[in-house]
Amino acid sequence: MAIAREAEPVGSLHEVKEAGLDREDLLGIYRNMLITRGVEERGHILYKQGKIPGSFYTGRGNEAASVGVATAMGPDDVGTPLHRDMGVHITRGVEPWKIFAQFMGRIDGPARGRDGNVHMADANLGLIAMVSHLPAMLPVATGCALAFRIREEPRVSIGWFGEGASARGDVHECMTLAGTRKLPIVYVCDNNQWAYSTPTYLEYATEHVADRAQAYGFEGVVVDGTDVLAVYREAKRAIEKARAGGGPTLLECLTLRMEGHAVHDDAFYVPKVMFERWAESDPVERYRSWLRANADMTDDEESSIGEQVKALLNEALRRADESSMPEAGDLTDGVYAAPEELETPHHK
Amino acid sequence: MSEMTYLQAISDGLRTEMRRDKRVFVIGEDVGVYGGAFKVTLGFQEEFGPWRVIDAPLAETAIVGGATGAAMMGMRPVAEMQFSDFVSCAWDHLVTIAAKQHWRAGTPIPIVLRLPSGGGFSGGPFHSQNPESSFAHIPGLKCVCPSTPEDAKGLLISAIEDPNPVLFFEHKHLYRRIKAEVPEGRYTTPIGKARMHQEGTDVSVVTWGAMVYTAAEASEQLDDVSVEIVDLRTVMPWDKAAVLESVRKTSKVLVLHEDTRTGGFGAEIAATIAEEAFEDLDAPVKRIAAPDTPVPFSPPLEKAFIPQVEDVVEGLRELAAY
Repeated sequence: MAIAREAEPVGSLHEVKEAGLDREDLLGIYRNMLITRGVEERGHILYKQGKIPGSFYTGRGNEAASVGVATAMGPDDVGTPLHRDMGVHITRGVEPWKIFAQFMGRIDGPARGRDGNVHMADANLGLIAMVSHLPAMLPVATGCALAFRIREEPRVSIGWFGEGASARGDVHECMTLAGTRKLPIVYVCDNNQWAYSTPTYLEYATEHVADRAQAYGFEGVVVDGTDVLAVYREAKRAIEKARAGGGPTLLECLTLRMEGHAVHDDAFYVPKVMFERWAESDPVERYRSWLRANADMTDDEESSIGEQVKALLNEALRRADESSMPEAGDLTDGVYAAPEELETPHHK
Repeated sequence: MSEMTYLQAISDGLRTEMRRDKRVFVIGEDVGVYGGAFKVTLGFQEEFGPWRVIDAPLAETAIVGGATGAAMMGMRPVAEMQFSDFVSCAWDHLVTIAAKQHWRAGTPIPIVLRLPSGGGFSGGPFHSQNPESSFAHIPGLKCVCPSTPEDAKGLLISAIEDPNPVLFFEHKHLYRRIKAEVPEGRYTTPIGKARMHQEGTDVSVVTWGAMVYTAAEASEQLDDVSVEIVDLRTVMPWDKAAVLESVRKTSKVLVLHEDTRTGGFGAEIAATIAEEAFEDLDAPVKRIAAPDTPVPFSPPLEKAFIPQVEDVVEGLRELAAY
């Protein structure tokens, strides 16, 4: 039996307005979801063209979860998005051409070719670059919240993890710390039901990952991760609760990973019927239909947003392709930081 | 100047920085009410309050990962591992995140880990290790191993000021045994500069931490050999220039450390001397280190593990006679 609260879907436009979104915001969310999906689709093409070294990961199916949470963040909030959370980077304002440059190992990618994939972040936008050891970012996010609490700043930290990552001890340790100290943090679990090839029943024995929250002394909420407005509403509620001193929340966004773990993986182990069932609630299409039915999105608006996104991505690809490869001679620079570098945006 | 133990000097350095800089805070197990397992932070919570002297759950991963996140947000965390041995639980956060974040993402991580290390009092395999070599091997980390009270204070302040993750190995066997004059107020001791503990002309000993005193005692037993003792003070970065200068002066070198032999930091020093000062040597570089075993518990076993004064005396005699 579920212990966590199972959130209701969002219904009317009125309810959405109550949650703090006007019509322009709603169209902006749609645009961000389209860019998110577009960046990853174009990334696939770049990979097939042999322009992306190493492997390539996407978050298809997770667009609503990532964009929904990021939309609920305040300007001074920070977070540690992972490899299914491209929508967080897009929503916070990372320029797509820099992401393509990152994919291709170019000098203008946020990691300047030193790291690849979604291992990137723009500190100016309150984001922290992930590592491959996925749950390891949660204690870091918790430390950000600790800094805010020590300084009594009204800022919130968002730590992302997957249901696969939920197995590791980091998650337990930092939730214990955050719970005992009532830190201003929201833990967001992207539950896409597959940790590489491992299904949920081999990953955790409770009904929901969010059921664990009660054991740490805070609230757990499960939300349909394909419903961007429901994700937004629950994330907003959790973030503002944390900001007001109410402590952490564990927000679990339930989705399905619609592709393999990475580009090499055809996900043969996922039952076909599962893909078919979840394809029916594709987050982008679901939201598009909702906007048409509830927010009177017109044909003109829809095609105009689509065209804008297409143009943005075409230009981004062109610009990224012009970016040079990093110089091998710079490899050993920056292993250690210099004192003057402490004045970074994060250190404000 | 006032006379202080090595432990009091560490405490004094930490208190000095916490009074000067509000961004500095302490997090660890039992550091608050109890004052730390070794009492380095005794009285700190009364002075600085519970949000600057934070008693953490028994969760090294959360402590080090949390310190890393707080540092990213502009704090200057000083995290205490109750024993340096327990840093193994936080390896990922130190090595995977803190060490690499600046190089790959441009974010400095100004954290200090205080690591009570070393043996000599039957602490056994999990309370006696000297893991500095493991971390000196990780690009992006700095490793500091002071031997004197004056250096312990000055290097701790330098470590807190440093924009990188610094591992501060404080040798437990020096805590209350070593006492010396320590300057009042705030001063820094540079990371990466060795200290000449004792000048000599026949043989150089390159060492750090508690082994500085073992070398000095050995030297006192040798009237006929003039021994120079170079205290590295920090093993990453290490003062290559000072070591090579001493090698050129004496032409014979003993590299001495309490950590185990194979892959110990002494191997790096010996290799560098072979590469860069081969022509200056009159004898092969000699290493004295612990054998390649875990640290044993029972006194006769531990004595056989940790390099003793008589081992160093014998090594110095061999080198002098070569």
